[in-house]
Amino acid sequence: MANFSVKVNGKTVDLEVDGSTPMLWVLRDHLKLVGTKYGCGIAQCGACTVHLGDNAVRSCQLPISSVGEKEITTIEGLSENGDHPVQKAWLEIDVPQCGYCQAGQIMTASALLKSNPSPSDDEIEGAMNGNICRCGTYTRIKKAIKTAAAENTNA
Amino acid sequence: MTLVKTKIGRRSFIRTSALAGGGMMVGFSWLASCKMTPEEVNALPKEWFEINGFLKIGDNGKVTIMSPNPEIGQNVKTAMPMIVADELDVDWKDVIVEQAPLNLDIFQRQLAGGSQSIRAGWEGLRMAGATARKMLKQAAAKAWEVPIEEITTSNGVLYHKASNKSAGYGEMASAAVTVQSPDAAPESIEAPEEVELKEIKDFTIIGTDRLNVDGPDIVTGKPLFGLDVYEEGMLTAMIVHPPAFGKKYKSMNVDNVKSMPGIKDVFPITVYPEGVEKQWSDGGGIPELVAIVGESTWQCMQAKKALKVEWEGPSELESTASYGNDLDKLLEAPVTAARKDGDFNRAFKGAAKTIERTYSAPFLAHNTMEPMNFYAHVTDEKAILKGPIQTPEFLEKTVSAVLDMPLDKIDIGMTRMGGGFGRRLYGHFGVEAAVISKKAKAPIKLVYSREDDMTQGTYRPAYKVKFKAGLDEDNKLIAYYVKGVGTNDDLIFENRFPAGAVDNYLAEKTSLETKITTGAWRAPRSNFIAGAEQSFMDEVAELAGKDPIEFRLDLFDRAMKNPVGDPEKNDYDAERYAGVLKLVKEKSNWTNSGDKARGVSAYYCHNSYVAQVLHLTMDGNTPKVDKVWCAVDCGIVINPISAKNQIEGGIIDGIGHAMYSQMTFKDGVPEQQNFDNYRLIRNNEAPKEIESYFVDNGIDPTGLGEPSLPPIVGALANALYKATGQRHYSQPFNTEKQILG
Ligand code: FES
Ligand code: FES
Repeated sequence: MANFSVKVNGKTVDLEVDGSTPMLWVLRDHLKLVGTKYGCGIAQCGACTVHLGDNAVRSCQLPISSVGEKEITTIEGLSENGDHPVQKAWLEIDVPQCGYCQAGQIMTASALLKSNPSPSDDEIEGAMNGNICRCGTYTRIKKAIKTAAAENTNA
Repeated sequence: MTLVKTKIGRRSFIRTSALAGGGMMVGFSWLASCKMTPEEVNALPKEWFEINGFLKIGDNGKVTIMSPNPEIGQNVKTAMPMIVADELDVDWKDVIVEQAPLNLDIFQRQLAGGSQSIRAGWEGLRMAGATARKMLKQAAAKAWEVPIEEITTSNGVLYHKASNKSAGYGEMASAAVTVQSPDAAPESIEAPEEVELKEIKDFTIIGTDRLNVDGPDIVTGKPLFGLDVYEEGMLTAMIVHPPAFGKKYKSMNVDNVKSMPGIKDVFPITVYPEGVEKQWSDGGGIPELVAIVGESTWQCMQAKKALKVEWEGPSELESTASYGNDLDKLLEAPVTAARKDGDFNRAFKGAAKTIERTYSAPFLAHNTMEPMNFYAHVTDEKAILKGPIQTPEFLEKTVSAVLDMPLDKIDIGMTRMGGGFGRRLYGHFGVEAAVISKKAKAPIKLVYSREDDMTQGTYRPAYKVKFKAGLDEDNKLIAYYVKGVGTNDDLIFENRFPAGAVDNYLAEKTSLETKITTGAWRAPRSNFIAGAEQSFMDEVAELAGKDPIEFRLDLFDRAMKNPVGDPEKNDYDAERYAGVLKLVKEKSNWTNSGDKARGVSAYYCHNSYVAQVLHLTMDGNTPKVDKVWCAVDCGIVINPISAKNQIEGGIIDGIGHAMYSQMTFKDGVPEQQNFDNYRLIRNNEAPKEIESYFVDNGIDPTGLGEPSLPPIVGALANALYKATGQRHYSQPFNTEKQILG
């Protein structure tokens, strides 16, 4: 056990855990930020995706000891009122089925649009391929990302 | 208007009068972090009036509608309340949806499975809304001293045109709950015996696009799922199950594990004690497990890794190769016919052309994105459970037997489910949670790791099917044979198409007992037999030199005009079947598709009819699905935007599993444990575009969660043939050499 101080959604939190604990479980078990999901624990499904700085990362592979000064953003902190363009597009296209994978999908998509505001179809697929949706909402996910990208460029 | 007798249990109309507004909403947000915005708080009524078990109306006209059935992503939580709201005649924006608790006195069938929620709930939901509307009308009639027949409603307002009176539902709600018998005890209040249901043309909510009621919570990461349950003082529990099917617990060394940080206890459990019979809903629940209880998930995971358990069991364990051979043998073994029309053997011998094909499919895991989990707090007095379960009623029964505790001391809460696909019909994990909580004397949340989830069993069975067909000189199908075998399952629906359309028809089926446990997997049996049958039908049509759609339409024509055998026996309506095929033909512009790689398929299951055309192109050796057209006849569509989502999901699911997925075994050990070697379809492999069309026929609604999956496998195989010249007989297709090159 050791003491750590991490920045999550704009707040600094101090906690005592084993340094090997992945951020996924720090967020869920310790901070009760349960929007970040567990799906595989081995970087294969993307359900646990958060932003580390501006990058989408798999929080199941991110031990708290390696976070350091970098800012972590989770689905709960993506926008104040749930109105990030990606969240709005997700609602408009009615993407979710069971909904379990969607926080991870949204975090990956929003990081993509930040670095590449109008991605091509291939770029969308390339970025989203690490996020499994067992319910099969892929076709809508692609559409929603384009909708959000269009809003970005119009804004 | 249609007059119907109310059939809902009378107890569902027993009401308490006024309930405090604030109090109700605490129950609504069962997780503390669901804070309401000031606008939401202001919109809350001061008082709620419970009209019946399905709904309550606030003094400001807000309506809370209970969604009785478990939500697994099929979006019944939006669709079921839409039906109530339409008959109640309120504005959808005034509706708040709440997940109902398990209460079979009020709700009829609280089960998600078989795509039956809407079909089975349709009448009851309509009546619940219509009954409430009638009670409000009664109240208005009494208050205004006019005949009830003169009262009309629209969007949550009651009118009496002649006297120019009107009142919102909220204003009449309190009178409505007391109007019939103001002084009597609640028990004696009678609900109306007869209510009017709307005509289809008068629906204002049913048939219109309504966004998922949980959408805003989903996209902002609110706690909704079983895995998101965190209760005061709760510990985490994980299990270790035998590494191979057929093995049993022997011993373990726990000393060094018990002293690991955060670990509270490690103990073996017997989930089903002697004398307790497992029910169907316990599925492949493993009777003997080892439980680890600790403070956090990560600590439990570390302990799980360190723990060495010894298992013992039979030396001869099953492998993929051995059951493959056993299924082959069964395909050749004699069995009694499930259905026999005419004389297949004679007709086949005398046929001008014949064809014979065998198809196979592997075991599949369900792999819901949210692994199995359940919260349980068991004390001597009561058991409180909460989690993602498709069959809460059955779980309650097993828990009662296992804990030896009466049903009324057991409380099962339903959370949203991170996928079901049949897996959460089998609630053994809820039972395990209860047993662990009792032994640990603490509230616990049982969490399966992905590996536990994938290697636990309860798989889609492995199947093989053999078809034979004979054509006469005019290329007419005169003989058809199907024999299906599966592990713990016999695969064939002998009265489905083409039974009834062929003079000489023979269907046979049998199953192979295995230790590897199996269960219902999205569209049981249909998920394999449809693709095999529709691939075979494509080859038969080709042998006959006919267009595959025309060939099928001819058969439906026969089944309609001059059915073979007792038409009552046929488990399909040939006219509706042909209807979806014609619709997809038109929408996909099939006739003018030239030599594009397109495949067609049609299937009927869960009371709904689906026909699909799939178009693909090859990118080297990799198929890319450009577009799928899908025509569906599921009767009245409640919520088209979400119905289409279900259809798209089924299509992507079907393509994915047929192309990429399988579970294999060596000496009883599952060889796939996580998504690194169990392939699920990915974003770039999904169709670029899916277009869905519905047949508009005003028939009562039928299932939609499953029917789009089975046929797509046939459409995919048939399109692959057009593109590559290769037929595909064994799933997953991507391991067949032809595609990988
Ligand atoms: S849980 Fe991290 S990628 Fe699956
Ligand atoms: S919506 Fe269910 S896993 Fe994606």
